Amino acid sequence: MPDLAPAGAAPATGSGAAAPKEPTPRHTAIEVEGLEKTFRIPKHQVQTLKERALHPFRRQEYDELNVLRGVSFEIPNGEFFGIVGRNGSGKSTLLKCMAGIYRADEGTIKVAGRMSPFIELGVGFNPDLTARDNVVINAVMMGLTPQEARDRFDDIIAFAELEQFVDMKLKNYSSGMQVRLAFAVMVQSGSNILLIDEVLAVGDAAFQQRCLDEFQRLRDEGRTIVLVTHDMTMVERFCHRALLLTDGEIEMIGDPHEVGRRYVERNFESFHALPAGEPEPPQNDERKQPLVRAEVTDVWLEGPDGERVEVVAHGDTLRLHATIESKAHVRDPIVDFWVDDEEDARILATSTRPWDDQPPLEPGDTLHVTVETRNVLRDGRYHIGCSLLSGSAALDIVALVNRHKPFHSYGAERVYGLIEFEHTLRVDRNP
Amino acid sequence: MSTALEPAQEIRGPSAYGGGWRRFMHLTWLIAVTDYRLTYFGSALGYLWSLMRPLALFGVLYLVFSSFLKFGDDIHNYRDLLLLNIVLFMFFSEASGQAVRAVLNRETLVRKMHFPRMVIPLSVVLTSMLNLAGNLVAVFVFLLIDGVGPRWTWLLLPLLLIPLVMFTAGVSMILSSLYVSYRDVGPIWSVLTQLLFYATPVLYAVEKVDPKSLQKIVLSNPLSAILQQARHWLVDPSAPSFAGAIGGFAWWLLPVGVFFAVCGFGLWIFNHEAPRIAERL
Repeated sequence: MPDLAPAGAAPATGSGAAAPKEPTPRHTAIEVEGLEKTFRIPKHQVQTLKERALHPFRRQEYDELNVLRGVSFEIPNGEFFGIVGRNGSGKSTLLKCMAGIYRADEGTIKVAGRMSPFIELGVGFNPDLTARDNVVINAVMMGLTPQEARDRFDDIIAFAELEQFVDMKLKNYSSGMQVRLAFAVMVQSGSNILLIDEVLAVGDAAFQQRCLDEFQRLRDEGRTIVLVTHDMTMVERFCHRALLLTDGEIEMIGDPHEVGRRYVERNFESFHALPAGEPEPPQNDERKQPLVRAEVTDVWLEGPDGERVEVVAHGDTLRLHATIESKAHVRDPIVDFWVDDEEDARILATSTRPWDDQPPLEPGDTLHVTVETRNVLRDGRYHIGCSLLSGSAALDIVALVNRHKPFHSYGAERVYGLIEFEHTLRVDRNP
Repeated sequence: MSTALEPAQEIRGPSAYGGGWRRFMHLTWLIAVTDYRLTYFGSALGYLWSLMRPLALFGVLYLVFSSFLKFGDDIHNYRDLLLLNIVLFMFFSEASGQAVRAVLNRETLVRKMHFPRMVIPLSVVLTSMLNLAGNLVAVFVFLLIDGVGPRWTWLLLPLLLIPLVMFTAGVSMILSSLYVSYRDVGPIWSVLTQLLFYATPVLYAVEKVDPKSLQKIVLSNPLSAILQQARHWLVDPSAPSFAGAIGGFAWWLLPVGVFFAVCGFGLWIFNHEAPRIAERL
């Protein structure tokens, strides 16, 4: 994988006193060895002295939570390293141990160079102070001296594009402005190792784009970056390597695309193992309509080899299937087929109507419906729906399955709307 | 295989001091100054409030005890003594009182940053020191107005402030680290502070305590030693010094021992608790 070697190091920006020396890719920046962390959560929290005094000899009982179980890995200098995992997999704990916020029970972490953790942007920001004061405080927390912080102040403000608001109190800033300021401090703090925990969840689209560009720049500059995220597009776009953490153990480490795929699969498996293991009962209320005239018995998504899947990559072929079983005489049958997104917006829909001169369905007939198309969906979770209707003028819903069989689409990089669409884009300047 | 450019350093997790002394100092100073600026932020009188608070308390107490009860008539320079005592005692009670909840108030720093924990109680003490400095200026102004000084013994004041700060810092460390696990520390300490206010010769002069046997008990309180000595050096040289009041220089060992013990214990317990504070909050 030639792609794995980080881009050659460019000198760091700014007048940074701590500008990293020419980093050669193969040096180890972070070394984690056999890391274990157990949280002991008291079953009965002794918070008061009274309880202590009344029960001096009662042994405190703890629930032990093994959050990290022997995690070892190495990150070479200049690598953009992603840590992914489901909620509760221990990835934030891992980051906090690396950042020196939690103490590990076992194992060692070694770091070469100055490291700044960003668990949250703008830690220690005070709403009653001006941007100027906050920047200095925040930068000192990142490890600069107050003098260095003041020297870099202009760069920071310029990066955040907040020149007009320097002496405004932070409480009068919009949340987006605060994030910009915090991100600017982080970028300009000049640490050569950055630990970042999903800081980009806030801020408007334009700023997010700037952050992404900045990540690109930091990456090209040869800074070592560890990013904890849920966003597989980020991982695939930036990371040289990624680590998938499952229940406190490394499930997989390596190519970000493979890790991303595995993560989505994992996430999805257990997600809907609970609610939708088997087909939903037909929606027809049998008491009102004693005769079930037809039933959508199955809907599914098919992979390239004909196997059932729940994940599809953007750009691959989307193969949707359904089977409908008729149990009565259904005249003028029509099949509708659609894909809804999480907000119940109908993204893709198709229909056989008008499906003229079809012979009526007889009991025992089955229909097998197939839709194939290029997957133009943006990343997200979708549901397949299918219905059988009867009648040419007045439609009568005979069978329906909706919000069923969720699936996941991933890997869309440049989809800014609901779907990708064929188009040309032209911008004429001063025509 | 790791031939790192910079020697790889082991991350040992959070501690009381981690992250280098320079950063530690900068952080303590910055946070203390910021807190100081923010305390009376937005109020019309601003910094003047840090002066007004002890003066207001002084005014009330003086009115009640001196004008109504004729309490301090036989104490030389009672007015100045009362103000000095209030200023010194308020430093201790304010710093330790703030320190109780300090770690909790700084929760985000503790949980989201690699942050030397000791900065928290120390910056609280430092903020109070800034207040104390302003208040002491007021005390000296009053002394001059009343024609008590100047006297060369005024220069000895730092000898008293150093142990006072040590003691306060030690107590602050103990309180702030205990409060994380035991929330009762809050109310208990506010009661204890009240008690201490009366167990220390702030309102009264120790030689007026009757029976005499009680005087020794009052003086065995380490804060009494400081207040008594400050009275002797600053306000009224005719008043007995601490050694004079308690009977012998050897008695200094008691408060000095307590200062070092409290300070040492504070350092130890905070150091001991620091690595786990983020998890227990």
